[in-house]
Amino acid sequence: MRRTVFPHKLLPWLLLAPQLAITLIFFYWPAAQAFRQSMLREDAFGLKTTFVGLANFRKVLADPAYLNALQVTVLFSALVAFFAMGIALFLAVQAEKVIRGKGFYRTLMIWPYAVAPAVAGMLWLFMFNPSFGTLAWPLRQMGVNWNPLLNSTHAMILVVAAAVWKQISYNFLFFVAGLQAIPRSLIEAAAIDGASRRHAFWTIVFPLLTPTTFFLLVVNTVYALFDTFGIIHAVTGGGPGKATETLVYKVYNDGFVNLIMGDSAAQSVILMVIVILLTAFQFRYIERRVHYG
Amino acid sequence: MKTTVLLIAGLGALPLAAQAKTDISWWHAMSGANAEVVAKIAADFNASQSDYEVKPVFKGTYPETLNAGIAAFRAGQAPDIIQVFDVGTGVMMGAQGAIKPVAEVLKEGGYSFDKSQYLAGIVGYYSTPAGEMLSFPYNSSSPVLYYNKDIFQKAGLNPDQPPKTWAETWAAARKIKESGAATCGYTSTWLTWIHTENFAAWNNVSWATNENGLAGTPELKIDSPLFVKHFQELADLAKEGVFVYGGRTSEAKQNFTSGECGILTESSGGLGDIVKSGINYGIGQLPYDETAASAPQNTTPGGASLWVMAGKSDEVYKGVAAFFNYLSQTPVQQYLHEQSGYLPVTIAAYEATKASGFYEKNPAREVPILQMSGKAPTENSKGVRAPNLPQLRDIQNEEYEKMLSGQQDAATALKNAATRGNAAIKDAVGG
Repeated sequence: MRRTVFPHKLLPWLLLAPQLAITLIFFYWPAAQAFRQSMLREDAFGLKTTFVGLANFRKVLADPAYLNALQVTVLFSALVAFFAMGIALFLAVQAEKVIRGKGFYRTLMIWPYAVAPAVAGMLWLFMFNPSFGTLAWPLRQMGVNWNPLLNSTHAMILVVAAAVWKQISYNFLFFVAGLQAIPRSLIEAAAIDGASRRHAFWTIVFPLLTPTTFFLLVVNTVYALFDTFGIIHAVTGGGPGKATETLVYKVYNDGFVNLIMGDSAAQSVILMVIVILLTAFQFRYIERRVHYG
Repeated sequence: MKTTVLLIAGLGALPLAAQAKTDISWWHAMSGANAEVVAKIAADFNASQSDYEVKPVFKGTYPETLNAGIAAFRAGQAPDIIQVFDVGTGVMMGAQGAIKPVAEVLKEGGYSFDKSQYLAGIVGYYSTPAGEMLSFPYNSSSPVLYYNKDIFQKAGLNPDQPPKTWAETWAAARKIKESGAATCGYTSTWLTWIHTENFAAWNNVSWATNENGLAGTPELKIDSPLFVKHFQELADLAKEGVFVYGGRTSEAKQNFTSGECGILTESSGGLGDIVKSGINYGIGQLPYDETAASAPQNTTPGGASLWVMAGKSDEVYKGVAAFFNYLSQTPVQQYLHEQSGYLPVTIAAYEATKASGFYEKNPAREVPILQMSGKAPTENSKGVRAPNLPQLRDIQNEEYEKMLSGQQDAATALKNAATRGNAAIKDAVGG
């Protein structure tokens, strides 16, 4: 067999150049800027700049509001990941059972994925805002004192619901694919051995789905951490109090509303570290577990 | 030529170097009907002379416009004029070297700037403690009380008599709820701007030391007894369901226009939506606390002003001066006031509007002016200023929300808001 050898030294670089340029300009440069900014303390206009070393990090990590945002983020991410995956798995299993119109159901299930986060947030806000929500009124008629504007739990339920709704489609797709990869013979064999459907699901299907589940867990956590900014911004703005202020929302709020650039940059650097760790974890794990066949 | 190309490529909005005319860029945050007013004023000014061309550019919401301006300044491509909302005033004032005081621009442009021709309450807010006007007040508004006349009638209240004090407002709100005329008696937009900053000015109590921050670094005084009393009353009303909280900014307007609430306190600039909703409304002055010794004092302006950025050519500054001079002319101010619902800046424009009989047809339009300029402002009522006012408002909103949901009483909420706010101010000044 002959190995393909490119005689040109320049051509590969030329072909790579557009992607490299994009990566450098839109990823490395801003990341480097954030890193630099995180060591500085300066006013909004950048007129007075002082180098403060790691003082911004120390300040951020000692700030009770930051620790609160961390707690909120962990709770929010766990809830979103759990419900988005749980519901998607249930729906995927049910959709498998449908005999007629499978494609139709699947298309409907995938639809919400096309909705932008901010729009999804607005949709849920229109349904559940206490003053003009179309579904808030019947809730109140039923005796539920529904008020996400002041009740932290209600606010959390609302943002989690909106975030979950948007993510179910994505998870659904992967679970459907995962389910189709499971050999039918295994399930039939279990049925012949007298296993109930539930038993077969938990002992055969679910374990065989673990690679998919784990992959989705990482993707969903990252989604909950970062992509839900639009939803939170549109629905609660981090309130009431600081009940729905996640780490990403705090970066935005401190940087672009309160104009404290140093703190905001330090927070984004911390976030960057979290993502790097999460991604590294994901790659290692998937490399090991993805080929089960 | 190369710079011109770069400028176009970089910002698109920046002026092209024309042959004869000097271009002046004006970044603003006015949308809808107010954007049309901006466009017309700029077009009229451009047609009125041949040396300068004002080019207005819409940059999004108030915070977005401010951020765009800051980012552009950092990149060395700031606009000539930028509209900044009241909350951003402290940020701009702290940015010496980034801005050029309007009084200076006018003087250098050959225009005499006579402070006595302007409404004192508005100009005072945009001036240094020494009295130098830093920015040009473009659109100013003040909080007033709106009430639903039909709901008042149903509740057995006099629809021609809006409540004057907070005590009267609470009584009317309770009656509305108890009589079943509406499910909610009272709601309010902006608890920070209306119930904290304007509450202080209108009742002549201190919001913060150093003339509420106008004369130096402020230390918040919002946990003093009158605030505690007022907010405890609000918290109690919330518990009874008489007061309904709508949100941190102007969301509560919806609760009023939908007929859910009988009384609303909101910016005078919010009139448009209330008119559009078609409800039978009335307007009264912002209520005051009758136990406060010298209430009612005067309210402070909200809205936005125009700032001139530093580092431009003399030609540009001459054009800006000519434009501001044009803006303060009586017919222009009168047009702005009648079309947009914002307040006139000059006394002459106010008098002219009055003489035209506009207030007889629209009495509500005069309420905020009377309220703001009824008395000479004291050190408690010139306005509030802090290098980080948006952050202070955030902190206050968080504590108020915890109070309204029953997690803490008013004394604790205000104590926390003051302590956390003062720590944030110290941090902002130290940095």
